[in-house]
Amino acid sequence: MQFTLLFYESPEEFANRKDPEKQQDYLAGWSHYVKALRESGVVVGGFGLFPPETAASLKRKDGELVAQDGPVIETKEQLGGVFVIDVPDVDTALEWASRGPSCAVEVRQNLPPMK
Amino acid sequence: MNMETIDAYSEVERTARESYGRLVAYLAARWRDLAAAEDAMGDALLAALETWPRQGIPAKPESWLLTAASRRLVDRARHTRIAAGAVPDLVALSQEARHWSSKGKSFPDERLNMLFLCAHPEIDPASRTPLMLQTVLGVNAERIASVFLVKPAAMGQRLSRAKAKIREQRLSFDLPDETELPVRLSSVLEAIYAAYGSGWEETAGADARRRGLAEEAIFLCRLIVAAMPGEPEAAGLLSLMLHGEARRPARRNERGEYVPILEQNTALWSRTMMEEAERCLRQAARTGRLGRFQLEAAIQSVHAQRAVTGRTEWEEIALLYEGLARFAPTVGVRVGQAAAVAEARGAEQGWALLGALPREAVRGYQPYWATAGHLLKRLGRLQEAREAYSLAIGLAADPSVREFLKRQSASE
Repeated sequence: MQFTLLFYESPEEFANRKDPEKQQDYLAGWSHYVKALRESGVVVGGFGLFPPETAASLKRKDGELVAQDGPVIETKEQLGGVFVIDVPDVDTALEWASRGPSCAVEVRQNLPPMK
Repeated sequence: MNMETIDAYSEVERTARESYGRLVAYLAARWRDLAAAEDAMGDALLAALETWPRQGIPAKPESWLLTAASRRLVDRARHTRIAAGAVPDLVALSQEARHWSSKGKSFPDERLNMLFLCAHPEIDPASRTPLMLQTVLGVNAERIASVFLVKPAAMGQRLSRAKAKIREQRLSFDLPDETELPVRLSSVLEAIYAAYGSGWEETAGADARRRGLAEEAIFLCRLIVAAMPGEPEAAGLLSLMLHGEARRPARRNERGEYVPILEQNTALWSRTMMEEAERCLRQAARTGRLGRFQLEAAIQSVHAQRAVTGRTEWEEIALLYEGLARFAPTVGVRVGQAAAVAEARGAEQGWALLGALPREAVRGYQPYWATAGHLLKRLGRLQEAREAYSLAIGLAADPSVREFLKRQSASE
């Protein structure tokens, strides 16, 4: 079963990415986790995302596309990266999610690929 | 809220905490429908919240709740045609409840039967611990799901399925007979231990797979020990959990950092719990029937002696692990054994045991990689040590354990 782990980061976590004093710690946290994921052989794919303020979003309003800077929805926690993993069940997916360094993570099962 | 309302609320809460499991077990054992008994109890507690502040707290709160819950069961049965034939039984149950209260006696405690029912071979092993926590202690599905890292909706379904099975297959609330009892008791103890959820303390930097419900597990184990004082493994398990719980205040320092057992301040260990743990272990030893939990408790007992002697007898611990590996040759036990042997006889010998474990079995096992990092560092194999620490950090869910391992990996 494939699951997507959606890692959400707080404004502080996004700030740590750029802070010269905290950057290294931030990156180390992810590199250990990614290493453990890869070694276990469950990874289908995954990557980190540039912070939400760099995003460009398109929203359809009354049939017209409106471009905006920033994410689709403004919330405190924003998507910071995703991993797709292949594991036997949702319990195992949650176990992997619990090991991630970010402040929140959402686990969703992937739909089967379209024919 | 006025004072009387607050008093009534706290009385409902107190009664619920102390008697929930006894009341549900009593109702379920007679009416043989666990889910219905829980619903009726929930309704009775709500009714108490409405009535007690207005009419005052009844003289016998438990009997009041029991009578109210029995009435709910009768009402519900009258409304559903399927159960209509059971109404006479329920009326009898209701009268029996009044009888207990008028006699001023407390009603029989069926919680032991309930624990044994929860560990029935027909019940999926993964549902046994949640079922015990919910039926005997009233822990809700959301909380259980958080502790066990399970989707809350899935946990709810698991619990409902188990209760439906008890009702539909008419699983017996009676205690198993003598031939079946030992096996069932061991399932009960396994399920209680699963609620405790400890890590391996001998392995510095081992991440507990889950934080567990330690107090709840100890409460359930006490019920078993009180009812079956002659069962050495029950006393052994209680001893093991009490020793672990005694050290809780010392496991994190004032900055919230993880403190491995050898660096814990023994002045913070609970003397009362350690003494009770020792009493349990002695009680178990008198039967002369050794088992896995007694050996695990004995290992913790050796650790506890450091509070008196100031030193840890690692050779004793290593020997106890050898014995334990015969009862339970699990990866966890093997890793704990390797860590103890490394302390007692040197890192080479510890690594010889650890390195012999099959690769596939240890791949995602965090305590293995924490121990491997520690031993490889001591052997001067620094590059391999860093690799092992990295995996141990990546596999840990507890941030304070991750930070500890980062410090270990960075120090020479």
